[in-house]
Amino acid sequence: MDWILIFSRAVEAGIGSEAVIYCLAAIGLNVQFGYTGLLNFGQAAFVAVGAYSIATTVATFGLPLFLGVGIGLVLAVLLALLLGIPTLRLRADYLAIVTIAAAEIVRLVVRAVALKDTFGGTDGLQEFAGTFYGLNPYPEGNYVIPPFIGFDHRTMWILTVGWILVIAVSLLLFLVMRSPWGRVLKAIREDEDAVRSLGKNVFSYKMQSLVIGGVIGSLAGFIFALSRSSAQADLYSTDFTFFAYTVLILGGAARILGPIVGAAIFWFLMIFVKTGLEEAINKNVINFLNVNQVGAIQYMIIGLGLILLLIYRPQGIFGDKREIALDAR
Amino acid sequence: MHADNPAQSRKAAALAAFEGLATEPGVAKPDPILVVDKVVRRFGGLTAVDVGHVEIQRGSITALIGPNGAGKTTFFNQLTGFDTADAGEWTFNGQKMNGVPAYKVARHGMVRTFQLTKALSKLTVIENMRLGAQKQRGENFFAGLIPGLWRGEEAAITQRAEDLLTRFKLIAKKDDFAGSLSGGQRKLLEMARALMVQPELVMLDEPMAGVNPALTQSLLGHVKNLREEGMTVLFVEHDMDMVRDISDWVIVMAQGAVIAEGPPHSIMSDARVIDAYLGAHHDAPLSAEEEQQQLEEAEAELAAEADADGDSTKEAGNERV
Ligand SMILES: Nc1ncnc2c1ncn2[C@@H]1O[C@H](COP(=O)(O)OP(=O)(O)OP(=O)(O)O)[C@@H](O)[C@H]1O
Ligand SMILES: [Mg+2]
Repeated sequence: MDWILIFSRAVEAGIGSEAVIYCLAAIGLNVQFGYTGLLNFGQAAFVAVGAYSIATTVATFGLPLFLGVGIGLVLAVLLALLLGIPTLRLRADYLAIVTIAAAEIVRLVVRAVALKDTFGGTDGLQEFAGTFYGLNPYPEGNYVIPPFIGFDHRTMWILTVGWILVIAVSLLLFLVMRSPWGRVLKAIREDEDAVRSLGKNVFSYKMQSLVIGGVIGSLAGFIFALSRSSAQADLYSTDFTFFAYTVLILGGAARILGPIVGAAIFWFLMIFVKTGLEEAINKNVINFLNVNQVGAIQYMIIGLGLILLLIYRPQGIFGDKREIALDAR
Repeated sequence: MHADNPAQSRKAAALAAFEGLATEPGVAKPDPILVVDKVVRRFGGLTAVDVGHVEIQRGSITALIGPNGAGKTTFFNQLTGFDTADAGEWTFNGQKMNGVPAYKVARHGMVRTFQLTKALSKLTVIENMRLGAQKQRGENFFAGLIPGLWRGEEAAITQRAEDLLTRFKLIAKKDDFAGSLSGGQRKLLEMARALMVQPELVMLDEPMAGVNPALTQSLLGHVKNLREEGMTVLFVEHDMDMVRDISDWVIVMAQGAVIAEGPPHSIMSDARVIDAYLGAHHDAPLSAEEEQQQLEEAEAELAAEADADGDSTKEAGNERV
C-alpha cells in the first residue's frame, strides 16, 4: 500500500477547501449553538445564500463580484432576522423546526425550473470566479509543501483567503466571547429566564447571535462557490448542516479552536479512510469489497468513530470534561 | 445594641408604618412601593390567581404565605413579567408595570428569584454574579471587542461581586462552576446575584427552602440587612417561625386570592387563615352527637369524592399541558 499517497491526500483534505468551508460553517454554528444554545438546523441556507449571492450577481446580472459579497452579507442578515423574529420568543425547538424548513425552501427555490434563468436550475451557476482568481498573487504552477503535500496555484489562493478568514473570524470571536457580551450569550444558553430576571434583553442577544452565526455561514458560502467556481443547489442540503454540526461537536462546542480542529480532523479522517480503503482494494489487501462500496463503508467507519467519541469523550477534543459532569447533576 | 442603631430604627420605622392597620385584604399602606389591582391568571378552567387589591409597603419585609398551590409563584410571575396576566394592572413606584417584559421590570428595580433555583451551571460563581450588574458597556457587541472599553467597569463590578460573595460565604467557591454548588448554596448565589442588580424591591420565592438551619440563620440575617440598606423585600415562605422572625407584615393567599393580611404574630390566629390552611372542618366537636354527625358528614363527602374521582382526574389531565 502507498502510505505516502494515503497520508498526503488526507493531510491535503485536512487543510483543504472542504475543511475551510465546514470550519466557517461550524464557527457560525458555534456562536449560535455552542455559545447561545440556539438550535439552527438550517446553516446550509446561509451558506447557499452566500454562494448564490456572488454567483447570481456576477454570472446572471454581470455585476462586480464584490457587490455580490455585499449582497450576500446583507441577505444573510435578513434571513437571520426573518427566521428569528417569529421563533426566538418561543421555545428552543421551534427555531430548529423553522430553520430546517427554511434551508429546504432556499434550496428548492434556487434549483427551481421556473427560476432557471436566474439561478441556473439543477445545473447551478458557473463563470463568476474570474475576478477572484484574477487577483491571485501565486504564479501559475504547482506548490509543494514538504514533506509530501502540494496544491496548484488556484487552490493555494483560495486556501490563503479561506484560512485568513477563519483566523480573522476566530480572533474576533475570541475577543468578544471573553467580554460581558459573550457572558450574556453563555448565560442564555444555561437559562434564559434567569438572564431575563437580571434585566438583559434576551431576545435581542439571541437575534444578534443568530445574525452573526448566519453571516459567518455566508462566508463559508463565498469560499464554497469560489473554490469550485460553481454554485449548485444540491450541495446545500441538510447533510451539509449535519456535517457542520459533526465538525463542531468533534472539535468541542463553545471553544474557539473547536471548529478549526474539528474540521481539520474530520476531513483528514474522511479522506484517510476513503483513500486507505481504495488503496487496500486496488492492492488486493482487501478482496471482499469493491471500489464502488468504499463510499458507504467510509461513512460507516466515520459514524462508528463518532459514536465512540461521544461515548468516551462527549465534550469533544477541546471541551472541558468538568462541564459535561455538571449535566448529570 | 443601642437605641440609635440604624438596624433597629429601620425595623422600628417599618413596624410603625403598619401600626393600627386593619387586617382586611387589600388594606391601604402609608407609602406603597407596589400597588396591585384585580390581577387574574387562569390556566384553562383553573383560576390560579385572582387578587383584588394589594399594596406592599416601602422599606418593609413583607411575607407572602399560603398553602401549596395557593398561587404565590404564579402571582410573582405575573408581577415580574414572566407570565402574561389575563387581566389586571399594577404599578411600581407609581409606574405602570403590567405588560412590561421581564427584563424591563428588572431594570426598573424589581428583581425576583425563583422557587426552583436557576444557577447558570456552566458559568463560574463570579461570572454568575457579574452578569447581574446593570448597564455594562461591554454587553454591547462592538464595545465587547475592545477590552479597553470595559476593563475598568469590569474590575469595579468584580469588586462588588466579591464583597457580596464574602457576605454570603461563597467567596471560596468563586471560581467554581455554579453547577457544582449544593442546592442551598445555589439559593444563596441566586439571592446574591439578584442583589447585583441593585434593586429597590427584592422578591424572593422560598429563599430558605432546602437550606440547612445554621445557614438559614445567616440567610435571615441577610434578608434583614436588605431592609437596613433601604430595600423592600417581598418573600414567599412556608416556615411560620421564619416568617414571624423576620417579616413586618404578612399577606395570606389561598386559592388564588388574598384572604387576609396582618402582623406576623397574630396572623396565624385569624379564622380565615386557619380555614385556608386546615379546611372548613377544623372546628372541634362540642358534644358526642355532634362528633358522630361530623363523622357521618365526612364519610358521605369522602364517598361522593370517590365517585367523582374518575372524572376529575381526566379534567386535571386537560389543565396541565
Ligand atoms: N403553567 C401552568 N399551567 C397550569 N396550571 C398551573 C401552571 N402554573 C401553575 N398552575 C396551577 O396554579 C396553581 C397555583 O400554582 P403556584 O405554583 O402559583 O402555587 P404556589 O402558591 O406557588 O405553591 P407552592 O407553595 O407549592 O409553591 C396550582 O394549582 C398550579 O397547579
Ligand atoms: Mg410556589
